[in-house]
Amino acid sequence: MSAYSLPSMFGWLVWRDLILAWRRRADVLATVFFFVIVVSLFPLGIGPERETLRSIAPGVVWVAALLASMLSLGRIFGNDYQDGTLEQLLLTPQSTYLIVLGKILAHWLVSELPLVIIAPLLGLQFGLSQNSLAIVVVSLLLGTPVLSLIGSIGAALTLGLRAANVLVALLVLPLYIPVLIFGTGAVQASVGGTSPQPYLLLLGATLVLTLVFAPWATSAALKISVE
Amino acid sequence: MSNRKINWYKYAAPANFYPLAGKMIPWFAVMTALLFILGLYVGFFVAPTDFQQGEAYRIIFIHVPAAWMGMFLYVLMAIYAGVGWAFNARLASMMATAISTTGAIFTFISLVTGSLWGRPAWGVWWVWDARLTSTLILMFLYIGFISLQSSIDDPRRADRAGAVLALVGVINVPIIYFSVQWWNSLHQGATITARSFKMAPSMLAAMLILLAACWMYSITVILVRVRYIIREREPESPWLAEALA
Repeated sequence: MSAYSLPSMFGWLVWRDLILAWRRRADVLATVFFFVIVVSLFPLGIGPERETLRSIAPGVVWVAALLASMLSLGRIFGNDYQDGTLEQLLLTPQSTYLIVLGKILAHWLVSELPLVIIAPLLGLQFGLSQNSLAIVVVSLLLGTPVLSLIGSIGAALTLGLRAANVLVALLVLPLYIPVLIFGTGAVQASVGGTSPQPYLLLLGATLVLTLVFAPWATSAALKISVE
Repeated sequence: MSNRKINWYKYAAPANFYPLAGKMIPWFAVMTALLFILGLYVGFFVAPTDFQQGEAYRIIFIHVPAAWMGMFLYVLMAIYAGVGWAFNARLASMMATAISTTGAIFTFISLVTGSLWGRPAWGVWWVWDARLTSTLILMFLYIGFISLQSSIDDPRRADRAGAVLALVGVINVPIIYFSVQWWNSLHQGATITARSFKMAPSMLAAMLILLAACWMYSITVILVRVRYIIREREPESPWLAEALA
């Protein structure tokens, strides 16, 4: 085992999580369908007027993405914690930061990327223009990794607790608010005909900041939860 | 120069802190009562009626101190939680737990009084103003901290997990605050900032006295609560039996 160098360990970890996710495809699909269903509920609840729908579309897509990504947070560490893999991973001499980063990357690829891919279709239902659809995708591409990164802190803190899923929501949703504001801001700006660039830059800045700090906080939380 | 060194760490041990807190509580309680009486007297009888808002403005005497306390106590809680985690000081972690409830209560009071004040001043109970919204989010952060700690059975893990969450929250508070402000300028809803009225010196005095009263109140109840936490967590310790005897 000690022959594993750091990059190959990282790649191995991501690859392993992808294979595990592939073996449990239904879980991944459930998150995607949840996203689709939540977004489709809004026109039913609010009414089919095109103008109204277009104005709420950014918020609806983003809030649904927040909720969907939250649903899958328990899977980042949950299974590995239960079968003891997580403890072994933390015992390896590799840096916990990179192990955590690998888990987060795998979670993003499995649970968030499908949402980004399917979001333009849903935006189309809300009458968004092509330009705005592109901004939806770009903002989600920048924002969803932040959701995975911040969410991993909550997932690590609630590892193995009763009612962990509800608790994660309480811990993580308030921390998601800046991402929600910047993400919807970008789409709204493009719907309203102004430049979405400032919001996208803020999203990018948030991504860089969380990329540096969140895995560190998550490793600290994991060590607290596992010991 | 005396050779005697003051042992600053002495009172970090619950065994020494418990009796000290017990001796301090009555003093702080008395100061709380005196300051509240004085502050409320100045607020209700000395401070003049506001020419714009009439008598309704007097709610700031409780609203503003409560809002400040809600914010200060969050930072204080994070500091205590961080100290408790970094130095493995269990009393500091207990303090953080004790502070969290008081902070949440003050945040809640500031939301309720703000809404009661908003009705006569703005004509609505609630506006999605940047300040209101960020106070609401602060309330959510408190709720997250409290519910995380109360769902972990092992106190050591609860302390540390709470510390991580509180520190992450403290880093996020400015980001949340500014993002909410930008969001607010984007939506430009029914924002009315009628807060910029000039204050008579007696109004300011009443507010500051009541702020001091809120501090004293917080210290009192936090000390009481931390004593209960000590008793709950270390029921078997011999010094406690002595202290209670």
